[in-house]
Amino acid sequence: MGGIPHDSYEPKSAPEKWIESRLPILGLMHATLTIPTPKNLNWMWIWGIVLVFCLVMQIITGIVLVMHYTPDTTLAFASIEHIMRNVNGGWAIRYIHMNGASLFFFAVYMHIFRGLYYGSYKAPREITWIIGMLIYLLMMGTAFMGYVLPWGQMSFWGATVITGLFGAIPGIGEAIQTWLLGGPAVDNATLTRFFSLHYLMPFLILGLVIVHVWAFHTTGNNNPTGVEVRRTSKKDAEADTLPFWPYFVIKDLFALVLILVVFFAIVGFMPNYLGHPDNYIEANALATPAHIVPEWYFLPFYAILRAFTGDVWIVMFTSFVTGGIIDAKFFGVLAMFGAIAVMALAPWLDTSSVRSGRYRPQFKIWFWLLCFDFVFLTWLGAQVPDDTLLKIEMATWSLIATTYWFAYFLVILPLLGVLEKPLEAPATIEEDFDAAHPIEAGDGRGPAASPAE
Amino acid sequence: MIRTTFASLALSAALVFGGTAALAAGGHKEVTDYSFSFEGPFGSYDQDQLQRGLQVYTEVCAGCHGLQYVAFRNLEELGYTDAEVRAYASQFFVADDGPEAFPGDEREALPTDHFPKSSLSNAPDLSLMAKARAGFSGPNGTGINQLFKGMGGAEYIASLLTGYTGEEKDEAGTILYENKAYEGGYLSMNPPLYGDDVVYADGTEATLEQAALDVSAFLMWTAEPRLEARKSMGITAVMFLGILTVLLYLTNKKLWYPVKHRKGHTPAE
Repeated sequence: MGGIPHDSYEPKSAPEKWIESRLPILGLMHATLTIPTPKNLNWMWIWGIVLVFCLVMQIITGIVLVMHYTPDTTLAFASIEHIMRNVNGGWAIRYIHMNGASLFFFAVYMHIFRGLYYGSYKAPREITWIIGMLIYLLMMGTAFMGYVLPWGQMSFWGATVITGLFGAIPGIGEAIQTWLLGGPAVDNATLTRFFSLHYLMPFLILGLVIVHVWAFHTTGNNNPTGVEVRRTSKKDAEADTLPFWPYFVIKDLFALVLILVVFFAIVGFMPNYLGHPDNYIEANALATPAHIVPEWYFLPFYAILRAFTGDVWIVMFTSFVTGGIIDAKFFGVLAMFGAIAVMALAPWLDTSSVRSGRYRPQFKIWFWLLCFDFVFLTWLGAQVPDDTLLKIEMATWSLIATTYWFAYFLVILPLLGVLEKPLEAPATIEEDFDAAHPIEAGDGRGPAASPAE
Repeated sequence: MIRTTFASLALSAALVFGGTAALAAGGHKEVTDYSFSFEGPFGSYDQDQLQRGLQVYTEVCAGCHGLQYVAFRNLEELGYTDAEVRAYASQFFVADDGPEAFPGDEREALPTDHFPKSSLSNAPDLSLMAKARAGFSGPNGTGINQLFKGMGGAEYIASLLTGYTGEEKDEAGTILYENKAYEGGYLSMNPPLYGDDVVYADGTEATLEQAALDVSAFLMWTAEPRLEARKSMGITAVMFLGILTVLLYLTNKKLWYPVKHRKGHTPAE
């Protein structure tokens, strides 16, 4: 697989041969488990396994929750309390599912920024990247609809605000919003369709995850050097790689279990820390909460959405040019979706021939600024726009941070490839690995088994 | 280098994300960080306190506020016997759902019934109040306070009950009472506790603060009755996974040792 030369599966026993000649599933499993993996992968390459674990955990806990949940506006909130009080272990399953969403998004952000730093999106892994972005979009849709199901105050008002975004589309917006909601406002029809889709979409994600893995198993993993595994001979390939099992399975399991220690500490000792107290108040269409705040993982994009108000010059200009069709609200919506779109286009916006940020001295600075920008946007998303930081309004800060987000992808990435003088990357993965783990002076017993030269 | 920078990014992100919840509270309310027995990873409910809190709820709060998500049978968790729970439930009346009942008929409540809903339309149900309010926030929307002090729902309730200043104002015919813990400063609930509002069966002196703390602890129990099971799961999971982490760390180290520590070869000469 992947054009990396290695031994393929040969069925030996009679039952193996019997199965393999009818359905080559044993060969597929063997190829997946023994795939040659660059041996210099660092700890940022563990998030994929964490994400697969999250997806499975959310599906399993979700299926159990559905057994006890009632998707009806008059019963939903009470059915959650039924789960929390009367169902055996229901509180645990619900708290795991609730905080599992946060772990899922934390891991996906680490995974995405890993890809951005090491240039994992670059050729030939563009399709892997695009599928990843689709998974991320589906995750956001799933999480948003899941948050509506408990039918608390934030569920209801969050749904009202977010579906209202579609209402901002000129001309057809109102019709689309009505169609999404199943009526003029968030009500029972909204709850039942969100419930249905919240159950469906994880399985779409699962399908895309399989394609995502398939894609990068075809191209081979990226690695911290960005240098490709040598495909010149099986010997060269083996000098650059190690089989996925057991080397990376054990490594990833160690990292996963360590992360789960933290996760279960949160579930056990502070399960509502990442949530919003208002969601323990049943939805009430007549009482708007003082501050409607989305879950933390939406905050950066919420900040971008709110950054564009009617008094920003680019909004005024766009509104003037389009004859008022694109107003401030619609501009904000476009900016929010655009922020993800530019990230998805990174493979074509980044002009540098060097893949890994490790060998790009200027890129490093801009990249870490982007990370800071993302955290800053997250914080800004939870602030009241009129509040100030260093005597500058939060709205202005949001605008500055949003500008940087777009500038990074649309200006900095294209220009850096031309302007930057990259450092020299090692010729091979083996060279990089040997530099980090030099051959120790020792008892040279027998001739060298596989020297590089 | 990269590893540590990513780690610090993760940490700063975690601190920021905690801020979401923090914002709900906002304002300049004064919430005292009272100490409760159920705080911390090893905390558990004080059964005597919960019983006292139930007494305060029954004799004071229940006049207006309901507990619709709590069933009378749950009171056995506070150490009451089946007979005591039956006797307690029988002082409440619920809609009669028997085969010969007419609409509007009522009967005495049974242990399987829930507490009634609020009798006053603007009095919120108290079942989940300790989770629906956050006592602590910030600083600056970072949520760090909640990390160390907890969400502060019970602290908020206790602070509210003891936070009346005695000032009143008349707003469009409604009397509002000034309260240091309330975000808007004035609320429509008149001070429910003054001290010596109840006579505790266990002889504890029912000062204002004592009654406020007891009923707050009771409301934490109504909001999170499975708190003790949750914490013990947390401890078990962290210990078990912690040991597994160590074992996997050692396995991984041993597995990679020959790969990372290759012995050189003495020149062939």
